Amino acid sequence: MTQLQPANVEQYKHLISERALTGETMLLNMGPQHPSTHGVLRLVLELDGEIVVNCIPDIGFLHTGIEKNMEAKTFQKAEVMTDRLDYMNTMGNNLAYVMAVEKLIDLDVPPRAQALRVILVELQRIASHLVLLGTWGLDLAAMSMFLYCFREREQILDIFELVSGQRMMTTYIRPGGVWRDVPVEFEKAVRDFIKIFPKRIDEYEKLLTKNPLFVDRMVGIGHLSKEMALSYGVTGSNLRASGVNWDLRKARPYMGYEQYDFDVPVLTEGDTYARYLVRIEEFRQSLRIIEQALDKLPMGPVRSDNRKFVPPPRSEIGVSMEALIHHFKLWTEGFHAPNASIYSAVESPRGELGVLIAGDGGPKPRRVHMRTPSFDNLAVVPELVKGHLVADLVAILASIDIVLGDIDR
Amino acid sequence: MEKSLEPIVKVLQEKFGATFEEFRGEVQCMVKPEHIIEALTILRDAHHFELLSMLSAIDYFPQTSPRFHVIYQLNSLEKNLTLQLRVPVEGESPKLPTSTGVFKTGLWREREIFDMFGIEFEGHPDPRRILNPDELEGHPLRRDFPLGYEEPQFSFNYEEIDLGKPYAKE
Repeated sequence: MTQLQPANVEQYKHLISERALTGETMLLNMGPQHPSTHGVLRLVLELDGEIVVNCIPDIGFLHTGIEKNMEAKTFQKAEVMTDRLDYMNTMGNNLAYVMAVEKLIDLDVPPRAQALRVILVELQRIASHLVLLGTWGLDLAAMSMFLYCFREREQILDIFELVSGQRMMTTYIRPGGVWRDVPVEFEKAVRDFIKIFPKRIDEYEKLLTKNPLFVDRMVGIGHLSKEMALSYGVTGSNLRASGVNWDLRKARPYMGYEQYDFDVPVLTEGDTYARYLVRIEEFRQSLRIIEQALDKLPMGPVRSDNRKFVPPPRSEIGVSMEALIHHFKLWTEGFHAPNASIYSAVESPRGELGVLIAGDGGPKPRRVHMRTPSFDNLAVVPELVKGHLVADLVAILASIDIVLGDIDR
Repeated sequence: MEKSLEPIVKVLQEKFGATFEEFRGEVQCMVKPEHIIEALTILRDAHHFELLSMLSAIDYFPQTSPRFHVIYQLNSLEKNLTLQLRVPVEGESPKLPTSTGVFKTGLWREREIFDMFGIEFEGHPDPRRILNPDELEGHPLRRDFPLGYEEPQFSFNYEEIDLGKPYAKE
């Protein structure tokens, strides 16, 4: 066994200023067990009094080798690993991975499955933003926000339980469609949510948007310029709060997003408060998409009937020899993918969630790379916090919306 | 291939002798290691590819030349185009010039590639491991790095596996 070395200054010598070596500034360790790092993130801070001079994030505490593990599993079985990446966006991770597999093997998805995917992913986007908003409030001492946000999130998780049997690790979206059709109660549950949620958004806004305690800690803090955001590969709401109109749902529509009428909120300020306002508006836009998708939810199959890739339903197995063979082959050996690689990306609540997937001609992937948005979004934080107070660092970190499972994989 | 992407690929072909492949409508350009920085700079400055959204690698072990592909996925927001550059690299401890001077995305993503594949980026300002502990030997995402399952102990190999167990011996 190798022993873990205690952190020493030598390791960070090239990242800190001269003044830290003479003892003029202080090196302070923040995390990995700290409530406002939103997981297990360790920050080494160089402080001049209470001003941050340098910030060195140290990640990898939650690294579980998901990409390596996926190489040892068939394409279908590797999907369960994607739930564990970004545990606030499980449906979105499923969708990103499944879309990449479908593109690799050239598999079509029936329209009903596409609409269901859109509804669930947008619900997940709301749930993810709710957790962000709740913890953000908590970080800035607005305790009641957390309780309100989790009340609504619970309603969404109940819908997920209704369709998939699981609240968080859903694996509901599968190659070729979704696992099974939604139950009859689904429509009412979503309609109830759509009815109640606009009022709740107004409630959150009453609590936070004009609250001087909240606003004072955010306006003008952590300014992210357009150029810096693009150079660092920052995507999603953070990029849109910096004045770049870039949303993959609009720019490169997938799963029939082009049929729905919605706006992409863009603000030019680029500070912490702008990132907050963008997300509040995204609640409303997601609701619009869900409502339209639910109104024109087509009838029909929810899984492709291409039996070379999609297992037959249980009812066929008892009566069809072929179905039984397909079932057996698909769940033991799995389907084969061509020896090629593709990249496909979706807009997750945090930004561009891309999947690079390479087949080797067999039933297992040669390589799966999850381009997780939090990783690149966190990389820009050291630039944002320079010159701010430690308390502002907490606000900035919350506004970037990182999930450590997403970063460390 | 999309019409507006054709002149850009042509520039890469003429300037750097790049070859391109198309698969499911995706364009993948092969660029030699010595040209990659220049290619990225030209694409960013002259063709509005201002977002490097993905930087990763694939290990084609047991194939040795090239063993790795380093992949740069570029996006042009203005023209809504995407283009993939691939750099084939050879050998056990390959080296590439760093792209951090062109896109800051490389600051962390190149550290990740170094950590996982052992591809060194020359001139990187902070060449440390990022996800794995510094003490780890080897590079986990290489195809010849074992996954790390425990070998089951049977009567025929009991002694052999017992020797490797970490508990205290008499």
